Amino acid sequence: MNPSTQNDVAIAFRGVSYSFSAGSDLLNSLNLQIHRGETFVLLGRSGSGKTTTLKLINDLVSPTAGEVIVEGRATRKWDPIRLRRGIGYVIQDAGLFPHFTVERNIGLVPTIEEWPTDRIRQRIAELLQLVGLDHSLAGRYPRELSGGQRQRVGVARALAADPPILLMDEPFAALDPITRAELQREFMSLQQRLQKTVVFVTHDLREALLLGTRVALMESGRLVAALPPDEFVRSEDPLVQKYLDAFGAKADGKRGTP
Amino acid sequence: MNVFQFIVQNHSEVLRVTLEHLWMVVVSIFLAVLVGIPLGILITRWPGLDKPVLGSANIIQTIPSLALFGFLLPVPWIGARADRLAILALSLYALLPLIRNTYAGIKGVDHSVVEAGRGMGMTDRQLLFQVELPLALGVIIAGVRVATVISVGLATIAAAIGAGGLGEYIFRGLAMVNNQLILAGAIPAAALALLADVSLGWLERRLSPT
Repeated sequence: MNPSTQNDVAIAFRGVSYSFSAGSDLLNSLNLQIHRGETFVLLGRSGSGKTTTLKLINDLVSPTAGEVIVEGRATRKWDPIRLRRGIGYVIQDAGLFPHFTVERNIGLVPTIEEWPTDRIRQRIAELLQLVGLDHSLAGRYPRELSGGQRQRVGVARALAADPPILLMDEPFAALDPITRAELQREFMSLQQRLQKTVVFVTHDLREALLLGTRVALMESGRLVAALPPDEFVRSEDPLVQKYLDAFGAKADGKRGTP
Repeated sequence: MNVFQFIVQNHSEVLRVTLEHLWMVVVSIFLAVLVGIPLGILITRWPGLDKPVLGSANIIQTIPSLALFGFLLPVPWIGARADRLAILALSLYALLPLIRNTYAGIKGVDHSVVEAGRGMGMTDRQLLFQVELPLALGVIIAGVRVATVISVGLATIAAAIGAGGLGEYIFRGLAMVNNQLILAGAIPAAALALLADVSLGWLERRLSPT
């Protein structure tokens, strides 16, 4: 889990800028490297550019300048469909297809990848177990599930084709505190086993410190700092200080609890 | 003689004009669906095309029906037969609700659902057929329903150009100042409209995903 011993870079941003229209940069010359197997948390308030950063990785948005390198190749050189099928994507409220059962939602990528039916069925059963869902839920529709269950389905769906990279955009933000804590714990134990490269977006400092192997603070489209949690809370950077203050976290190296 | 006695006594003729009426409506809606739904899909893919297409369909809608029949009269093949002309005019009127509902239905699909699909590597085609169209289906059927009900009413005017249908009784009744005759056309037309509304409403609920 320690990025310094694992120098293998999964994702790299090289001077990446992104803007809707000329003049207003949503992202400004971003440089960063995300190592294989780490949980890299993008922290920041709404509009700081963290979701845009995430979407640059699976090419849902394309950089206006610079390049994003995924698995050694710039995203603009990838076939976007192939790139995205190799990256799991989890979003807030899960983004499940309301007209698909749990089963079909989870089996989506294997299905469009045309796996044999038996293998898909077997994989769905594995994944349900992996995220702690009873197999009896397989035939339900998303609206018949609780928020926590939906989010588990979202995670299972993202993991379906066993992608090396997982992008998670505020996956637990809409959950009640107890369910959120539960899912955070499960996420950690899952990540310990699977060792995916995870890029995790949140505005919650406690979540960031809990889950991240590194925490990157973003502000107005710029990267302020990217540090391991224990260094992050001791950072002298005024913007980091301000964020810590907002959450009432003291700069004494204590990790926040969810 | 009241209107029901009239209908019973002339049941074979009533049936004939009712079927004529239904035929015009069914064929024109079929043609309009064939054009309107793909057009509605197309303008969701091609930004900038939506306003002109919806605008044109809107303008067609504002042309008075009798005038539209008149405009279409000189068109070769079409103008040669009254029923062709009526069917084309009815299809043109049906376009707006179909295009608009297809467009609105697809545009109304939850953005996060579409983005999730795209993010997982679905192609445009897969997104359209597996996500957007199924989720928009209820709204699209609602458009077919509105178009059909409007068409049933409008088709009565087709009798003015000799295309037959239930309008024949209405125009004859008007000419003869005979209310029974007018009702003999109006009541079956209203029944047809209700029937179309109820059955397509049922279909709409059946096919709505959530």
